[in-house]
Amino acid sequence: MIRPVANEAQRSVGLDLRSITKRFGSFVANDAVDLTVRPGEIHCLLGENGAGKSTLMNVLYGLYQPDGGEILIDGVPRRFADPKAAMAAGIGMVHQHFMLVEVFSVAENMILGREPGLVVDMKAAKATVRQLSQRYNLPVDPDALIEDLPVGVQQRVEILKALANDAQYLIFDEPTAVLTPQEIDELMVVMQKLRDEGKGIVFITHKLREVRAIADRITVLRRGKIVGQAEPGTSETELAQLMVGRAVDLSVAKQPAEPGAVRLAVDGLTVTNSAGAVVVDDISFDVAGGEILCIAGVQGNGQSELADALIGNIPVLSGRIRLDDRDLADASPRQSIAAGMGFVPEDRQHDGFIGTFTIAENLVLNRFDTAPFAGGGSLNLKAINDNAVTLRDEFDIRTPDVQNLGSSLSGGNAQKVVLARELSRELALLVASQPTRGVDVGAIEFLHKRIVDERDKGTAVLLVSTELEEVEALADRVLVMYRGKIVGIVGPDTPRDVMGMMMAGVGYDEAVQVAAGDAADAGKDA
Amino acid sequence: MSESTTWGDRVRGEVRMRWRDWAITLAAFVLALLVGAILMIVADPQVAGNFNYLLTAPGLALGSAWTKVSTAYSALLMGAVGSPQALAATSAAAAPLICAGLAVGLAFRAGLFNIGAQGQAILGSMAAAWVGFSLPLPPVIHLIVAVLAGLVAGAIWGGIVGWLKATTGAHEVIVTIMMNYIASGLLAWVLTTAAFQRPGRDDPISPEVPSSAAFPQLYEQLHLGFFVALLAAVVVWWVLDRSVIGFSIRAVGANPHAAGTAGMNVGRTTIITMAMAGALAGLAGVQAALGPSVNGVPVPLTEGLVGTVGFDAITVALLGRSKPVGIVLAGLLFGGLSAGGLAMQSVAQTPLTLTLVLQALVVLFVAAPQLVATLVPFLSARKARASLTGADA
Repeated sequence: MIRPVANEAQRSVGLDLRSITKRFGSFVANDAVDLTVRPGEIHCLLGENGAGKSTLMNVLYGLYQPDGGEILIDGVPRRFADPKAAMAAGIGMVHQHFMLVEVFSVAENMILGREPGLVVDMKAAKATVRQLSQRYNLPVDPDALIEDLPVGVQQRVEILKALANDAQYLIFDEPTAVLTPQEIDELMVVMQKLRDEGKGIVFITHKLREVRAIADRITVLRRGKIVGQAEPGTSETELAQLMVGRAVDLSVAKQPAEPGAVRLAVDGLTVTNSAGAVVVDDISFDVAGGEILCIAGVQGNGQSELADALIGNIPVLSGRIRLDDRDLADASPRQSIAAGMGFVPEDRQHDGFIGTFTIAENLVLNRFDTAPFAGGGSLNLKAINDNAVTLRDEFDIRTPDVQNLGSSLSGGNAQKVVLARELSRELALLVASQPTRGVDVGAIEFLHKRIVDERDKGTAVLLVSTELEEVEALADRVLVMYRGKIVGIVGPDTPRDVMGMMMAGVGYDEAVQVAAGDAADAGKDA
Repeated sequence: MSESTTWGDRVRGEVRMRWRDWAITLAAFVLALLVGAILMIVADPQVAGNFNYLLTAPGLALGSAWTKVSTAYSALLMGAVGSPQALAATSAAAAPLICAGLAVGLAFRAGLFNIGAQGQAILGSMAAAWVGFSLPLPPVIHLIVAVLAGLVAGAIWGGIVGWLKATTGAHEVIVTIMMNYIASGLLAWVLTTAAFQRPGRDDPISPEVPSSAAFPQLYEQLHLGFFVALLAAVVVWWVLDRSVIGFSIRAVGANPHAAGTAGMNVGRTTIITMAMAGALAGLAGVQAALGPSVNGVPVPLTEGLVGTVGFDAITVALLGRSKPVGIVLAGLLFGGLSAGGLAMQSVAQTPLTLTLVLQALVVLFVAAPQLVATLVPFLSARKARASLTGADA
């Protein structure tokens, strides 16, 4: 692709953030941050959770007012009182959590918030959807209801909304966090297309592979400051070092498992969802103490329901769950917890964390009613506070005060709170679903290490993950699920292409044969 | 050492958080008084008429308006806090409001909208009054049994709602509204039965509650029930902030999914909360049934005995931000408005309904902090900052 040579006249074209500073109380979220985006480039903003990426973008989008610095568009200083002003200036945002009305159609969502006058012109709205989706190759049915669309298509609608506002600069806030690998590939193509059309794109992420695949320029943010610019060719290891400020080993150092006796025995487990459909279909497996069994699979193949059934959040239709000597098939979460089950829920904000509670309270959420945190019906605030201070230091939870609200924490730190809570008591079994989703590299390494440490203490670990890197790094055995059934239980060294086919429902033996055939074909082509 | 720093931090945090609430409440009150003043001027034909000569004789128009408003508001103030008698009257009016306000506020902290304080208060007043006029018990014991009966009756009435919600998922708003109708119907019916109706009377009125079961009068209208209400506020504060069950109540209110996943029994917490709220609202009914009136004896049970305390309680809880201290202050404020409203009526010939309008305006302005913040630019800047730091969340 040919990009214009920047000369003096053109230098001011584009979006300039100059020396942006944003403070929250005594905490400096952005410290004199400079960032430029030119039309026709993808600028990656890379950083750990809590590094200040989202704050910076919220300043740009008019959600926050900066305490210092200025925003220039084509050399003209601008001030955005609210997102509407930012949108009017040509800045569009594709949010991590979509801002769509689920029961509205695509076209209805497009005109939401900018209904012109009294009469809603649905015809024009639909025409806009069709025209934009054709131009940018983002196929969407304008009449489809949002709730019926897959997540990847919903994201397309978000992008179209920004484009319909005539956005020249698009901010993608962690757009790949909710997507399947395939959808990620599609998004990459869309972003490249938008760039080639002359849009300036800010791509916020902490996934190094994506950065390397697509970025024209890379800026790394750490603890509110810019710590470096990197070229697209920079290796993942170097980028990771810039992000966390030290060398990071992406693989996990762990000794071979020394499995002991079976602790968790699941036999013929069947679970239905609220609509009555069988989502976990007659599953049987064991997990021994001192081993990590990974449940791998594409999201939505029954893993979430399996985890929920184990803790007791949803009822079991039939089958048995035994943990050590206790039968937990009909147990409530309380009984499961009492039996020594630790649980890291897949959706931490929804099931694992209370934003309006203090960090200290969140750290005792499942033990607040037992000694030493309670006695005689009364809470022991000092014990709760001391516990929080200890865990904050042990788990490197970054907060100035454990009495701050949970909602003040970044995603990675909130996840550390959840894991710290679960690991701070004696466990027989740890069930962790997507423990590192939305978590930065530095925290991932830390969380992985703690999970392995827990295994080495003799705890049985059941890890549900849709990320193959995580599965490969942690698993001692891998159970692949597809449509509620077990496709096979394999070793962690199983080749990725075989694992990928198993996730699509192909049995192990057949997958190995096909993979071998492909390899042979590839050899011929070369 | 660490204990004291923790305490200091907590208190400082509370003060920081509350400051804005206080400012907005105060501003809302001032705005309500201003709007009330305008209403007074418009509603008085003579004063309003003087405004026809505003340009020719501004002194006359403004002077008469000032006289009208200042007379009314000074009467309101004097009637509420101007004398020991006024303060006593305020305390008597505030006591049931505080109890019922706690009933709504406590439930609200568990994520439950308790519209049923009215019905729970009716049941509480029925049980307390019945024990009062039917059981020949010795003093002190008589009062204690009557109060407990009211608490239990309210707790059952509220607990039924919690139980229905926990077991069937029935929405508490619908159920409490229905339970209110049932409660008033039940009261109307029992007042026609031999157990409740005063012998020799055809109208629905009960026998008088003897002084052995009444709250002892301490000074003028101030009676022991007021201190029982304050004690109830302390208990609710302890339950919410210091007790194990309070932790569950707050957790279920903030995020029932996370509470359930952490092993808390959401249904059981709902039932306990509604029963406790019912007991508090029942206590409001007890205040009405056992609190001595101006003539020194409790008013006998009739259909209108508790008035609209259960609905006023919603505004009290809203104004008090569902926190015990706030509810006590809001209850005192509304108690003062209602005591002072009587004085305002007799001194300034202002209709009593104006005090109701003032109460409604205060709540309106408090419920719409955005509105107040817009009207008061100074607050606006603070609010913007507070919402950014997340203090507003």
